[in-house]
Amino acid sequence: MKNFLIVVAFSLLTISLFAVYANYGIPEIVPAPPPKEEKLDLGAMTMESFVALGERIVNGKGTCTLCHNAVGGRAPLLEQVVELTKQRLADEKYEGEAEDLEGYLMESMVEPSAYVVVGFGKKGTNDTVSPMPDVSTGSIGLSEAEMAAVIAYLQESGGAEITVEIPTDADEADEEDEEEQRTALTSPEEIVSEFTCGACHIVAGEEGDVGPDLTLIGGKFDRAYLRRSILDPNADIAKGYEADQMPPDYGSQLYASELELLLDYLASLK
Amino acid sequence: MTRRSRYVTWAGLLLLFGAILWLLPIDLGQLDWQSALAADETTTDAATESDGAAEANGAAESPYAPAPKTTAADYPQIAGVNSRVVVWLVAQLHLWFAAFVLAVPIFVFIIEAIGMATREKRYDDMAYEFIKVSITAYSLTAILGGLLAFSLLVFYPDLFLYLSTIFKETMFYYALIFFAESACLYIYYYGWHWLQGPFKKWLHLSLGLLLNGVGTLLMFLANGWLTFMMSPAGVDPAGVFQGDTMVALHNYLWNPINLHRFVANIAYGGSVVGAYAAFKFLSARRAEERAHYDWMGYNANFIAICALLPLPFAGYYLSAEIYAYSQQMGITLMGGIFAWLFIIQAVLIGTLFLSANYYLWCGMGRSDGAVRYNHYIKYIAIVLVGAFLVWFTPHTLVLSNEELKALGGPYHKYLGPLGIMPAKNTAVNVMILFTALSFLIYRRANRVATANWVRMGNAIQVALFTTGIANIFFLGIYHGYFTNTVYKVAASIPQVLTTLVVIVISTLIDYFMYRGAKDVAPLHWGRVPGRSQYALFLLAVAFTWLMGLMGYIRSGIRQHWHVVDIMRDNSPDAFTPTLGYAANVVSVGTVIFMTMVIFVFWLAQVSGSKAEPSGYWKEQQA
Ligand code: HEC
Ligand code: HEC
Ligand code: HEM
Repeated sequence: MKNFLIVVAFSLLTISLFAVYANYGIPEIVPAPPPKEEKLDLGAMTMESFVALGERIVNGKGTCTLCHNAVGGRAPLLEQVVELTKQRLADEKYEGEAEDLEGYLMESMVEPSAYVVVGFGKKGTNDTVSPMPDVSTGSIGLSEAEMAAVIAYLQESGGAEITVEIPTDADEADEEDEEEQRTALTSPEEIVSEFTCGACHIVAGEEGDVGPDLTLIGGKFDRAYLRRSILDPNADIAKGYEADQMPPDYGSQLYASELELLLDYLASLK
Repeated sequence: MTRRSRYVTWAGLLLLFGAILWLLPIDLGQLDWQSALAADETTTDAATESDGAAEANGAAESPYAPAPKTTAADYPQIAGVNSRVVVWLVAQLHLWFAAFVLAVPIFVFIIEAIGMATREKRYDDMAYEFIKVSITAYSLTAILGGLLAFSLLVFYPDLFLYLSTIFKETMFYYALIFFAESACLYIYYYGWHWLQGPFKKWLHLSLGLLLNGVGTLLMFLANGWLTFMMSPAGVDPAGVFQGDTMVALHNYLWNPINLHRFVANIAYGGSVVGAYAAFKFLSARRAEERAHYDWMGYNANFIAICALLPLPFAGYYLSAEIYAYSQQMGITLMGGIFAWLFIIQAVLIGTLFLSANYYLWCGMGRSDGAVRYNHYIKYIAIVLVGAFLVWFTPHTLVLSNEELKALGGPYHKYLGPLGIMPAKNTAVNVMILFTALSFLIYRRANRVATANWVRMGNAIQVALFTTGIANIFFLGIYHGYFTNTVYKVAASIPQVLTTLVVIVISTLIDYFMYRGAKDVAPLHWGRVPGRSQYALFLLAVAFTWLMGLMGYIRSGIRQHWHVVDIMRDNSPDAFTPTLGYAANVVSVGTVIFMTMVIFVFWLAQVSGSKAEPSGYWKEQQA
């Protein structure tokens, strides 16, 4: 019996060592939650917010940066695509039908194998098949409007003229879920109160004490940081606070226009 | 026909039949592989055309419905019960038991054959003891399998029904094969003492082969359902089943998982039986008993290591296939939070290798000749630990921008040139080579070679190991640091080949050199320190935990999909849990599993003990 107990104790100890190592020996990362259908209020969108939407999709729902990043070397950098498009279209390997930048970007997303950048093709296909998935289907599943936003973003960040137009709500209507629409709020105070930021933060005259004081937040952080704090609160945890406190789903609740307004407002709090 | 030749014919036929069944799954895999590839090519064009067609004709074309689109309300919740954790634990427990139950007959078969070849009865007795342990575990496996089906049906009804429309035939065969397996197992076990003797023994051995063939087939079927969820095939983009079950079963990741599991199961079974023997050793009172269980533990450990050595290669093959199937899935697997999982995995595998080696070194105490080699051990230990450290240096960590920010950049602070793949491959190969070296030394410890070419043989072996290791380093360094990214992986295959060549040739040389060698003295089975037995426990626990962890990543890389790209998981639990959380679930699972295993062992023991209560039963009149 004594042996038995020792062996049990030894095994339990081993298991707990493994568990402790997995819990505390490596950094705790909370995986990104599954992408939610973001409600697009296209009517209320300016080109600037449309581009911002594109940026969010590239980094988030579109998972483009999973492959297109400077670190892994798994896919060509999207920053260069604007510059290189002419060359791509003139290449004799090119099998697509695009004639301009917009067309090429669209084609790259839905029919990636029309042109495969040298060295990035699927193994063993001699660069004839692209490993990139069709982003309008499958697990990524971008809508027409979302792809247009991505194009707008890629064009703008590459320094080219933006040629896509913001699609109207009617275009999207058949793709949207039948959820009731809320009209977009137009002042930061309204937004703060609608989304109860004041329950936790000192902001816009309200005095919550669960989260950090936001009265001087604009002086401490830039817009990118603020954007991330709202869209993905666990990405950076404010000093002295814990993760998983702030609701993680503002990204899907806020309209893009509201997010921009809110950011303008927070950034101005200096 | 004489009685004798009838027996021989029967035994031969049975053996053949078993062999065919055994090869069938592998062979089917090969055959279908080509047509699957061809089908792959056609589906790419066909998909574009049939997209339109499918819309025009609607679902009328196919009798099957598209994959259901669920909402959170489609996942029944029972207050206070986390449905995901329930399914997770039950599935994992089922897997653990299944792995054990499938593995034991494999090496029981081998040991029985060794016994027949050497005509040493102790092998036969050991094989019998092994199979006895697996009998109770077998019914537990079945119960857990039923529980798994039940909990899936309760908590994930839509997924379960969708999968069963596609796999209903295979599920039917699964049930049939299960009965066949039970029949084989019970006859094999209960007929052990009955089927003894020159011909009957052959019959019994054939039955063992049959048992293994059926068991492997069983596992391959279940693997097909699993891999379908990762790399669906035989369905259109909406999930409408095209009617060919074989295509669905033989999806892209089927064979890689079949291989990895097959090998891992053997290693796992070995480790659990090793723990059993270790426990019996520690509680043994008599010297013969200690000797017996020491010997049994040694053999179980030997089996575990033989299967452990090729596992890293099967693992890398699996990951390469995942990457080839979908770049997105491949990067999810190797980057982001799962990159950290592989660091935990490396720690565990390091634990496996180190404890297996430690056990061998302790085991040298059984031999009077070991003193000649003892001083080498510390160098092997140093090399192993060094290789282990390189191995678990993390690779680049990439997933989303948010995660990058959270980590403060793509490189972990300890990350450097050692984190890249060729360095890891080099480390793994070195680790394997030195484990093989431990083995060679262990084997030699008790023997004195009498061949007249011993010096030359030794010199060749030293040269072989030295050039092998040099070559592995050269390949690793050259491909790792002097070529660009695309060619970095090119090192792995020649490295593996080098390792294999060194192991095979040096083992052969050893074999011939030590043929007819003199033993220093008979091995003193049982003359090992008690602490060596804890290495066996460590091995079993680490293995169990590792399997659980890898179960998490296998399902985790599907992210928020039940069936990747086909059927989305819309349950409240669709998110990927953190590693810490997963580790806790796995730990709880391991504890439950251990408790159940102890119960199984206890039963095996109880069944062997007899109490003679005097005066309880009426005296029988003679
Ligand atoms: C699974 C990895 C992966 C994902 C996810 C991915 N891509 Fe790609 N992408 C590639 C690879 C690899 C190539 C290079 C091969 C080719 O030309 O198709 C590529 C090529 C491209 C090109 C052409 C680049 C050029 O230089 O010609 C564009 C544009 C592009 N991707 C945009 C996107 C966008 C936008 C997204 C997100 C909505 C995205 N990709 C998501 C892997 C990926
Ligand atoms: C349920 C409480 C809660 C609500 C509601 C809430 N937050 Fe927060 N917030 C927190 C906590 C706690 C932190 C600190 C931990 C962290 O960084 O995630 C935080 C952090 C922040 C930060 C980063 C501050 C820093 O110093 O890093 C910003 C910006 C922010 N919140 C903005 C908002 C806005 C805007 C809203 C409303 C749309 C909101 N929060 C609603 C609890 C909340
Ligand atoms: C020494 C190296 C390795 C060892 C000892 C090992 C061991 C194991 C074991 C014991 C299992 C459980 C098998 C089962 O459930 O039947 C497993 C599963 C798995 N391993 Fe490995 N493995 C190794 C290398 C790798 C590598 C390099 C990868 C790369 C990605 C990998 C990926 C996986 C995956 C995805 C699974 C889950 C598949 C399944 O459910 O069977 N392994 N491994």
